[in-house]
Amino acid sequence: MEQIATRDAYGKALKELGLNNNDVIVLDADLSKSTKTADFKKVNPKHFINIGIAEQNLMGVAAGIAATGKIPFASTFAMFATGRAFEIIRNSIAYPKLNVKIVATHSGVTVGEDGGSHAAIEDISLMRSVPNMTVIVPADGVETGKVIQKIVEYKGPVYVRLGRSKVPVIYDDSYEFEIGKFSTLKRGSDVTIIACGIMVSKALEAAEILNVKGIKAEVINASTIKPFDDKALLESVKKTKCVVSVEEHNIYGGLGSAVAEVLGRNFPAPLEMVGVMDVFGESGAPEELLEKFKLTPSEIVNKVELVIKRK
Amino acid sequence: MENKLIEEKAKEIRREIIKMLGEAKSGHPGGSLSGADIIAALYYKEMKLDPSNPKWEDRDRFVMSKGHAAPLLYSVLALKGYFDIDILKTLRKTGSILQGHPDMNKVPGVEMSTGSLGQGFSTAVGMALSFKIYSKENRVYALLGDGECQEGIVWEAAMSAAHYNLDNLVAILDNNGLQIDGKCSEVMCLGSLQNKWKSFGFHVIEIDGHNIEQIIKALDEARTIKDKPTLILAKTIKGKGVSFMEDRAEWHGAAPNMDQVALALEELK
Repeated sequence: MEQIATRDAYGKALKELGLNNNDVIVLDADLSKSTKTADFKKVNPKHFINIGIAEQNLMGVAAGIAATGKIPFASTFAMFATGRAFEIIRNSIAYPKLNVKIVATHSGVTVGEDGGSHAAIEDISLMRSVPNMTVIVPADGVETGKVIQKIVEYKGPVYVRLGRSKVPVIYDDSYEFEIGKFSTLKRGSDVTIIACGIMVSKALEAAEILNVKGIKAEVINASTIKPFDDKALLESVKKTKCVVSVEEHNIYGGLGSAVAEVLGRNFPAPLEMVGVMDVFGESGAPEELLEKFKLTPSEIVNKVELVIKRK
Repeated sequence: MENKLIEEKAKEIRREIIKMLGEAKSGHPGGSLSGADIIAALYYKEMKLDPSNPKWEDRDRFVMSKGHAAPLLYSVLALKGYFDIDILKTLRKTGSILQGHPDMNKVPGVEMSTGSLGQGFSTAVGMALSFKIYSKENRVYALLGDGECQEGIVWEAAMSAAHYNLDNLVAILDNNGLQIDGKCSEVMCLGSLQNKWKSFGFHVIEIDGHNIEQIIKALDEARTIKDKPTLILAKTIKGKGVSFMEDRAEWHGAAPNMDQVALALEELK
């Protein structure tokens, strides 16, 4: 299966914008080679701004650019974008509803060797809690490209969570992404597996294993975490009667929490969560870390078997 | 407009500040009064504006980075006709467009939502940078407090304004020497603000922030400076114009009662 990192897809999408959209300005905080905004700089250097190692100002300057009617993309690692600059995002971007696209890379434990200080496991939670903010976690390179095209057309603040490591390509070019709409990748009637980001391909792998065991899993890609597609989740759960959420993020405040909120309000059903169990990341090879933090198809299978018993 | 008339406007602004804070029973008089002359010079002389068309593309931008001086901004916007002056009475009340700190989506003429200190200046840098990139003539002005300069983002923003040669950006520092907890020099000494801004790459002009002639001269000088941003270090008196409020930290965030309003308005006749 072809593999591509979502950050590489971001660089490619930006390059296209650099050539075709005069309103786009791209900002980075000294990580342009890692976030791939350097790809944009190559084609449109006049519209590229390096702010230096100053993430708070990165967000403030982006807000100011948006206030002049332009479309800024602000990129850095997810940790520094949503952690260090949180309050600037909150007060100068989300509160005035400015048209800033925050596209952060190197999220989750698969940041790898850099370790826990750099592995954002709280960013979805932080961004999801801010009014006016749209939160998107693409599952692969194709979806990332589609997401970037869509958020340019959408007017308002958006947070896009991307990763460092290569992930399998699950969509083909015919896929149509829409903000606020989940995509169902596999139909099934025994359990709903709802995943986001790099864990979507793991969920699909788990579904194959379950299939052999005679369990028909429905797999949903929850690429827009906010606004949450309540309807799609509920339609699925009304059929399957149980859910497993899967994310490369703390189980507190992320996708699993969003699922629990919707279920609790509308259709209480057993829920098990696969995610980072409220611990920090650490150094290591990304794939080894996924094993260590139990972000694996086999763990999804375990949780599915558990949740089905609770029906 | 003649300097004399601008001085009159500054007095009018001060009267509206006092009246509105008296009605609201909360808010920040000290830092609003200290910036009144600067704001009068900006809105009645310096800036290219059209109150009947607040979103006019060629307008200059003003960012109230010290967002707690919202009453100062609201006063001048009302007097310029951006909205009905009676609305000033609704300051800080439930349902009012006049929030405790400025909201750009509620108030015509407010260019940026501010209040959390330091951020407004960073956004002003973004505006100026955008105008540079698109070769626009718009100028950007930001009013900062001296206490506000304790925020790290101010210096991140200053660094970037100089790095990108933003000669279309003028920061004005309302240097009244006081913050909520007391004298800036005692709470957290800022050292030499002049040297700091100079070393960050700004053209620095020191003036008396209550002298209209000096304010206008400094703004004119800023227009002649090429390839670097300007910082006007304006020495001011917190609470300026109301004797019992002048140079007293306790008037940073306390509203006058009705008797004090009457007394203040008498002084501001």
